Amino acid sequence: MIQADLSIVLPEIVLALYAMVALLAAVYTGKDKLASTLVWVTGGLMVALAVWIATGGNGSQEAFGGMFVDDGFSRFAKVVILVAAAAVMIMGQDYMSRRGMLPFEYPILIALSAVGMMVMVSAGDLMALYMGLELQSLALYVVASLRRDSVKSTEAGLKYFVLGALSSGLLLYGASLVYGFAGTTKFAGIIQVAEHGHMSLGMLFGLVFLISGMAFKVSAVPFHMWTPDVYEGSPTPVTAFFATAPKVAAMGLFARVLHDAFGGAIVDWQQVIVVLSVLSMFLGAVAAIGQRDIKRLMAFSSIAHMGYALIGLAAGTEAGVSAMLVYLAIYVTMNVGTFSFILMLEKDGKPVTDIDALNQFASREPGKALAVLVLMFSLAGVPPMLGFFAKLGVWQAGVDAGLMGLVIASAVASVIGAFYYLRIVFYMYFGASEGEVEAKGSPVLTLGLMASAALMLIGVVYQFGIDGAAAAAAATLVN
Amino acid sequence: MIGLEHYLTVAATLFVIGIFGLFLNRKNVIILLMSIELMLLAVNINLVAFSSFLGDLVGQVFTLFVLTVAAAEAAIGLAILVCFFRNRGTIAVEDINVMKG
Repeated sequence: MIQADLSIVLPEIVLALYAMVALLAAVYTGKDKLASTLVWVTGGLMVALAVWIATGGNGSQEAFGGMFVDDGFSRFAKVVILVAAAAVMIMGQDYMSRRGMLPFEYPILIALSAVGMMVMVSAGDLMALYMGLELQSLALYVVASLRRDSVKSTEAGLKYFVLGALSSGLLLYGASLVYGFAGTTKFAGIIQVAEHGHMSLGMLFGLVFLISGMAFKVSAVPFHMWTPDVYEGSPTPVTAFFATAPKVAAMGLFARVLHDAFGGAIVDWQQVIVVLSVLSMFLGAVAAIGQRDIKRLMAFSSIAHMGYALIGLAAGTEAGVSAMLVYLAIYVTMNVGTFSFILMLEKDGKPVTDIDALNQFASREPGKALAVLVLMFSLAGVPPMLGFFAKLGVWQAGVDAGLMGLVIASAVASVIGAFYYLRIVFYMYFGASEGEVEAKGSPVLTLGLMASAALMLIGVVYQFGIDGAAAAAAATLVN
Repeated sequence: MIGLEHYLTVAATLFVIGIFGLFLNRKNVIILLMSIELMLLAVNINLVAFSSFLGDLVGQVFTLFVLTVAAAEAAIGLAILVCFFRNRGTIAVEDINVMKG
């Protein structure tokens, strides 16, 4: 019995044990001298686990009396999370060790937060949800303030901590109300009580609190205030991490709770998600226009993109969840490429994040500028690139679910948002004065940038089976 | 007779006090940490009250998890706060303003 349970959570156990062993080993031996090696080993282990999860396991299994669910949905999310976390961690290794800011704790904290994210997307119970979420968040608070000697980094960590703790509190209060009025913490039990039209007021309150707590984690407006500051203040590799894996995990958790626990009350939460989605898209598009710092700009970009992904969730259908998963996978790929580029930017060995410095970048580095052009077009959703097809997918799901107004609003928002992506391209090709930024950095970054840009083009004709896998994953979640 | 509603009212009041403490407080970050703790403890009252009235132990197990996580959270929050103080020399809320957001 217990062996069957343990074998289902084996990937999480392996990663958690690895993190603890690596921590002890690094403390007793080389400490920070081992950091670069640890980054590569941790990244390798995460990719190996992703391959294991992707190839092994089929059907839906439950462990620990339904607390932990292993199904197609969680496997899809876990593979994206692990690959994204590994890629971003390895990308940042050269950037951090060259500047002497790579402590050996960094890969270990990333591994622990990845364990938390894996538990989040597999949660089948409010307790598992909370423990996974906190394991992820507590590791992320520390990672945000990784540069202990920098005012900006510690301030980012402090802001993230205070607002993150507030969101955990809201989520937990919602969880306590749902427990009280449903009489159980299991999603399988909650869904039997939570039916549209038969929901008690306490249950409805609980649902609203749960949604606001989770909206914080995906940085949906009006719960986005922490995002720009945390993105700007954290070291760039950490920002890159924030923009990828945790977003996938939080969206996965969102979909898991809304469909597994409240799938019978779609009408009750659909309107809330629609509002979150519209506000996120418009604020992300409008507020980014005035930004000169590329990390802050990417923060608003991520807010807007979460708004588009929420359309898939708002649809409340299997096609919607499938489109959301495809959107997240494409979004993560685009961000890996974009942050590879941001990590390269430097002047006299100092990192540069000002977008004015990109002036005339294309005349110095035509190849990289072309790759960035492809990525920016894709982020903006300009038709030939994959980013457009991601948006098309969620729009299709939205129209099928009768959310015509939401789809039209999101099309308007994406046109407004295109302005700031295209402005970066404009600066690179037609900037007035000569910018002074150089694009240096390890071959890993160049590979990340080029591969991501290439995928944005290749993906249009061949999607590597992502859409099929996402559809299968959504089918296990929505029923 | 003290019923379930009384417990829920106390918990809701404490929770709201916690949220207000978080937003209205302009003085000290330590007070923010206390407000967060207050919110989590309000949730614990909720959980224990429900657990007792439902005759179901799960709520109390949940409470133990929440208490443990709250302790870890406070430890991390204070650690980040100490780092911030070393760099900035102050922990007044209005001085957390290097970045405007």
